[in-house]
Amino acid sequence: MDVFSLLPIDIAGGVTLLWIVLGLCGLALQGQPQVICRVVFPVGAVFSLALAITGFWALSATANIAVLPLGLPDLPFHLRLDPLSGLFLILLGGASFGVSLFSSGYFKGMEGDVLGLLSLEYHVFLAGMTLVILADDAYMFMVAWETMALSSYFLVTTDHNIPDTRRAGFLYLLIAHVGAIAILLSFGVMQAGHGIGAYTFDAMRASHLSSSWASIAFLLALFGFGAKAGVLPMHVWLPEAHPAAPSPVSALMSGVMLKTAIYGILRVTFDLLDVQLWWWGVLALALGLITALFGVMFAAVQVDMKRLLAYSSIENIGLLLVGIGLTIIFHVYGKDALAALALTATLYHCLNHACFKSLLFVGTGSIMHATGERNMGRMGGLIKQMPWLAALMLVGVLAISGLPPLNGFVSEWLLLQAFLLSPGLPNSYIDMLVPVAAAVIALAAALAAYVMVKFFGVIFLGQPREAKLEHAHDAGLWERAGMVWLALACVVLGLAPVFVVQQIDPVSQMLLGSHLGNAAAGWMMLTPMDTERASYSPVYFLLAVLGVMLVTAWLVHHYYHGRLRRGPAWDCGFPAQNARMQDTAEGFGQPIRRIFDPFFKIESVLPTAFDAQPKYHALSEDRLWYLLYLPMKRLVEKLSGWASVLQHGHIHLYLTYTFVTLIVLLIFV
Amino acid sequence: MSNLVEITALVTFQLAQLLLVVLAAPLLTGWVSQCQCWLQNRSGAGVLQPYRVLHKLFVKDAVMAHNASWLFRVTPYIVFGCMWLAAAIIPILAVDLPFSRAADVIALVGVFGLARIFIALAAMDIGTSFGTMGARREMLVSFLAEPALLMVLFTASMISHSTQLPRIVDALAHHQFVLYPSLAFAALAFTMVLLAENARIPVDNPNTHLELTMIHEAMILEYSARHLALIEWASSLKLFAYFSIGIALFLPYGITEAGDWAGLPLAILWLCLKLMLAGAALALLETLIAKMRIFRVPEFLGTAFLLAVLGLLIHFLLKA
Repeated sequence: MDVFSLLPIDIAGGVTLLWIVLGLCGLALQGQPQVICRVVFPVGAVFSLALAITGFWALSATANIAVLPLGLPDLPFHLRLDPLSGLFLILLGGASFGVSLFSSGYFKGMEGDVLGLLSLEYHVFLAGMTLVILADDAYMFMVAWETMALSSYFLVTTDHNIPDTRRAGFLYLLIAHVGAIAILLSFGVMQAGHGIGAYTFDAMRASHLSSSWASIAFLLALFGFGAKAGVLPMHVWLPEAHPAAPSPVSALMSGVMLKTAIYGILRVTFDLLDVQLWWWGVLALALGLITALFGVMFAAVQVDMKRLLAYSSIENIGLLLVGIGLTIIFHVYGKDALAALALTATLYHCLNHACFKSLLFVGTGSIMHATGERNMGRMGGLIKQMPWLAALMLVGVLAISGLPPLNGFVSEWLLLQAFLLSPGLPNSYIDMLVPVAAAVIALAAALAAYVMVKFFGVIFLGQPREAKLEHAHDAGLWERAGMVWLALACVVLGLAPVFVVQQIDPVSQMLLGSHLGNAAAGWMMLTPMDTERASYSPVYFLLAVLGVMLVTAWLVHHYYHGRLRRGPAWDCGFPAQNARMQDTAEGFGQPIRRIFDPFFKIESVLPTAFDAQPKYHALSEDRLWYLLYLPMKRLVEKLSGWASVLQHGHIHLYLTYTFVTLIVLLIFV
Repeated sequence: MSNLVEITALVTFQLAQLLLVVLAAPLLTGWVSQCQCWLQNRSGAGVLQPYRVLHKLFVKDAVMAHNASWLFRVTPYIVFGCMWLAAAIIPILAVDLPFSRAADVIALVGVFGLARIFIALAAMDIGTSFGTMGARREMLVSFLAEPALLMVLFTASMISHSTQLPRIVDALAHHQFVLYPSLAFAALAFTMVLLAENARIPVDNPNTHLELTMIHEAMILEYSARHLALIEWASSLKLFAYFSIGIALFLPYGITEAGDWAGLPLAILWLCLKLMLAGAALALLETLIAKMRIFRVPEFLGTAFLLAVLGLLIHFLLKA
């Protein structure tokens, strides 16, 4: 086929191997942190790019398969690169290219031994995610999944001397493993007791499960992957682990790792299982809506900027789940064109979220380096000291708020189109449910804009709230390069939707047997259904806004003047302005706290008007933590307390247990 | 050759609408103010007053706070551009304008969102107490108003099977006359959203600088001269755009088709009549009701949101 007779899968596998080798090199180069930053991470970034290009190639190629001489005796490792894997490889490669470039600058000041270990964990993490996407048997998948979970656990606990970080890491590890068990059980159900050979995905595709067993497999997979993705109520690790991890790691975890869970749900639901039931879709839709609304509500009241972004990730995962739910519903009722639309929206949003969330997370890293703060209430006015960062973050903020002409809007638009086309389903209850769902989506999207105005406004705009902010420095060259890449991705994904949808088409063709296409010819106009139904052209849109702006500016300056004086702020003539009179991060979220009061567990101490030294303290906590997790913890403690009755630490007692067991077994067997 | 003539006609109509909208928008604001004056037994400054104000503002030297950033400077142009663009999408005189294909109703909501986010950010840029307060309140109003508007537009889209405004108008105006109960709910919700989004009583008062009650005015306190002029003009355009959306959805009769020169004078006449009536109704409404406390605004807009969703549900109930 090609000159080197290499298949995409060879390159993808090669990149995985090279990443691990590169990580080991980083470990060996502990003594020279400069080399790790300037060579290891940039080379890793080049591999990422190669992986993304491979993904593109795989979209148009037929699925290629490889069997490695590794793994269990009867179950060697199977790899497979089909369009679905290809798309997620593009996502992984594209996002990690930017993040790796950023990391080259970000980790500059780190000590050599920590950095060496970190570079190993980082590249093994990337390799693990790639293998998750490539795996074609359950054993390979679980090995890769665990590699990903463990390496990311070590990355999260990089600052392990901080107790909070250790606690966050433990919570993450715990939930990741509860999820992994569910995924393993799901594979067990799909394997259906046909021997070890049936653990390959090919065997699972060929087997026919009864609808009840298929439902069990789906529910287990939804739970397991949901735990990784942060679906309610398994979301609690996200707001703990993301702030604890170094920013590039948060970026990869939020931007890419959460998507591997979405990949898993799609793979199991549409590829491995051969039946789907309508109520799976309803369940996913409902869970997604609750997750989205919950995530964005909590994001609005956060004070820590990385926690805010973590909750916003929960919201986006909710939106993705809504898309998957719609896809299932449409697919079950045989509306394949609509299913393709919903799936395209979902996958598009995966790509989008990978770009803007990575961008925002790495940006918080630069802010933390510059200010040493994670609390937004101690920032302000950083647009002066960090103009580059502010401009790049503004792109991310506009994109995540779902505003045209950037990328967040396109996927939102596609998703809403899918909702609008839903009428005509045979089940009249679902027909009713869908518009309500659209209303919730609209509410969540509007709240996301609120959250992002708070995020950008409190950090970058206004007066500096602390004196030390005057000395904040802008992001370095490498950091900037990584962020420019991610911001460009947001712009390109926003401006060329027709091209992106064409790339997604093979995936929906593979999973659903139908694809979206573009009714109107040409790359300017996105028309998913037909030209009369809906169309959107971001390029025209951008040109028109820019044109009008330029013409207006020229007219104003030409016919009047461009004179400008600087003076003190007006503020209704109030003279004694200071930085403390601006809204704090809590203040900006106050209306949300007030409106959605029942959802929060609020603990606040407010000063009275006569306090000489007013102290203010407010904490908005997650009720689910108290309603679900703490009782569970108490239950586990109680159970382990009972179990400990058996354990006294005396060896002769244990020998007696063994003896009694043997006797009992001898009697029965 | 006929193709070329057709395209020329389309582009002419588009440009004519663009020009008409941008020039007529301050007139509408002036008309509403004048009606208010008449209703409140004041003599009023005449319908042309907004033009005089705009001219005055353009002539003046701009004053900007020392710590204003580039964001503060470009925002007036972005807001003005967005609002003008919004007015270009909506079929005001004629359907099938060439630009309306580039953005449908969802994108229209997006355009308003883009303008709003920039103005809220600009309000936070100087770092004054009123600026941030205004931004916070504006976002509070919008996060409830925006989904309500979207639901109203969805109801119309469901009826016409399209999210493009020209198709919606076509379906509602140029086909057989049908009464849609769902649209009645949508119209009520839309009116409430219109009041909130355009900073009118009872949600906000455009004529006041009362510290504790202002929303929109709090955000633009720091703007002066040409920047303020552009923002005021954009506000007029926004009111014009909202009126036009309302007309397109609920009173679409009389909107002609692009290229139909013969229908144009009648279309302009209809438009003027409808806008005058709508403006007078707005003035009457603002005269009759009092402004509400800011804490009541979420209830007000929550009602609008529920009404809009109810409209959508009724559409399904009656169809089933």
